[in-house]
Amino acid sequence: MIALFRRQQYLLSYTLAAMLRRKGRNLALLFVYMLIIFVLASVMFLSHALIREAGIITAQSPEIIVQRMTAGRQALIPADYLERMGRLQGVNRREARLWANFHDAATHKNYTMRVDSHRELGDGEIIIGASMAKRLKVNPDDQLTLTSTHGEPYTFHVKGITTSPSELANAGLVLISAATFRRIFAVPPGYFSDIALSVPNPREVRTITEKLLKRLPDTRPILREEIQRTYDSIFAWRQGITFVLLVGAIFAFVIFAWDKANGLSSEERREIGILKAVGWETGDVLRMKFLEGLIISLCAFIAGCLGAYLHIFYASASLFEPILKGWSIFYPHFQIRPFIDGLQLATLFFFTVFPYTITTIIPIWRSAITDPDAVMR
Amino acid sequence: MKIELQNVKKAFNQGRSNELWAIRGVTTTLEPNRITCLKGASGSGKTTLLAMIGCLSRPTSGRIMLGERMLSGLPERFMTEFRRHTFGFIFQRLNLIPGLSTLDNIMLPAYPLAPRHHQLLASAQSLLEQFGITDKGNNPIEWLSGGEAQRVAICRALINNPQIIIADEPTANLDSRLSTEFMGLLERLRDLGKTVLITSHDPLVFDAPCIDRVIELRDGEIV
Repeated sequence: MIALFRRQQYLLSYTLAAMLRRKGRNLALLFVYMLIIFVLASVMFLSHALIREAGIITAQSPEIIVQRMTAGRQALIPADYLERMGRLQGVNRREARLWANFHDAATHKNYTMRVDSHRELGDGEIIIGASMAKRLKVNPDDQLTLTSTHGEPYTFHVKGITTSPSELANAGLVLISAATFRRIFAVPPGYFSDIALSVPNPREVRTITEKLLKRLPDTRPILREEIQRTYDSIFAWRQGITFVLLVGAIFAFVIFAWDKANGLSSEERREIGILKAVGWETGDVLRMKFLEGLIISLCAFIAGCLGAYLHIFYASASLFEPILKGWSIFYPHFQIRPFIDGLQLATLFFFTVFPYTITTIIPIWRSAITDPDAVMR
Repeated sequence: MKIELQNVKKAFNQGRSNELWAIRGVTTTLEPNRITCLKGASGSGKTTLLAMIGCLSRPTSGRIMLGERMLSGLPERFMTEFRRHTFGFIFQRLNLIPGLSTLDNIMLPAYPLAPRHHQLLASAQSLLEQFGITDKGNNPIEWLSGGEAQRVAICRALINNPQIIIADEPTANLDSRLSTEFMGLLERLRDLGKTVLITSHDPLVFDAPCIDRVIELRDGEIV
């Protein structure tokens, strides 16, 4: 057993020495390989993290949102719609909500201003999301000025900071009192942005929607599952687009690996012949070359994934942001919370390290099973 | 152990239009603890015969016996065993691995046997000492002179303490002084109890006093 272990040690030490002898070539290969893994892992990490963020948001949102439509556009909904809606079997909570998007003309950022009926806020007082506070370097009891598109400044007193499991929800959230909200957005009393309905039993959602449309024909019920589906398809589509763009790069890498594998240099073939002639078994040669491929693959995989992790979760995915986030969708800057799925990593490993190792080992095996007498000539 | 060749033949590209019979029925016995030289012009079949004896390739027909054991027709695994334990090779172009140190090159054939590292290192250093190149152990192989590299190749051939040394045109790239020196080294190996098989078409080799027997080959046959 110890001899077997020692043998592997000798093989590994020879492999490392052999790799160092072809430093330039191996470093070039490692760099290209790492770049591919980096790009693929970045796309995967970002897409999955965004889908997860979207999942957290939709999980918190009500099952049905009722919006009033006028001339095909969303309009303010009168409070008496709650009465007109009547009693709906399966709905355990109804809430008329006030929310709006606020574009800060000074910083060109979008914020979501929302009235939270559970929080006591005075006129001009706000509670902001933790990541927004961090980004704007604002602390509780500070003053924060936001400028409307008309150039009118609004100065708020930051009463507190709120946290949310979703960084995305947190990024541009401003909680505000109803009075302040109505003043800023000129929403008359008795009108709201929409009505949220909580339906504990998901199987009742469709029936309730049908009843709603009969009782309030000028409204549009939006279902949580629809929002979820939209998010999923947006990110899946963007992920798909990026993958399509990457296909060329992936093919180039496959050709590169195949070429490297097939085009065993005469020096490498000679080395295999020498090793066999001096008593190495075909298995030893294969193990040595397998180790070589594995070391390159693993280094590239680990470095690529690590680079992608830092790129996505600490450098705000700066290379892919325009494609994957979409500037119009998530305009306020936000830092995605680190999230790694083991299955994702395993998939990436299977589709990169595994084929590379196999494509390189086959020609080496072909070369290693031939008689070593060629080295005599 | 003596080596016995019985009607050994070797064809390349058999069955194709460019079929070539490199060895056309060689029968002979090589005595142990002797230096035997296979002499002949280029293309006479010297290297092919040596490769078959050294288990680097298989004869197309005929038998090669090492003592009581038949080498021809052995599965690859067993041929490797023989190459590892019984034969030590000194190649025409030396075939040292560039980029590795002298010591690493010498120790290479012993890696599959997995001896303890300090023992292996001691054996390699003792060989370096025997051949007068102790101070070259850590040098990359590219730094060595032709003669020094030749000695390293001999050390590598001896690291697993084989019974038979096979040297293919070992003086082809050496000048007369180094060739004579090399023959002296072969004589030392024979004195250590080794059997030496060497190919050459250099008179400095086959006319050397240490050569016990010369076998001349022409067109794949013993003349």
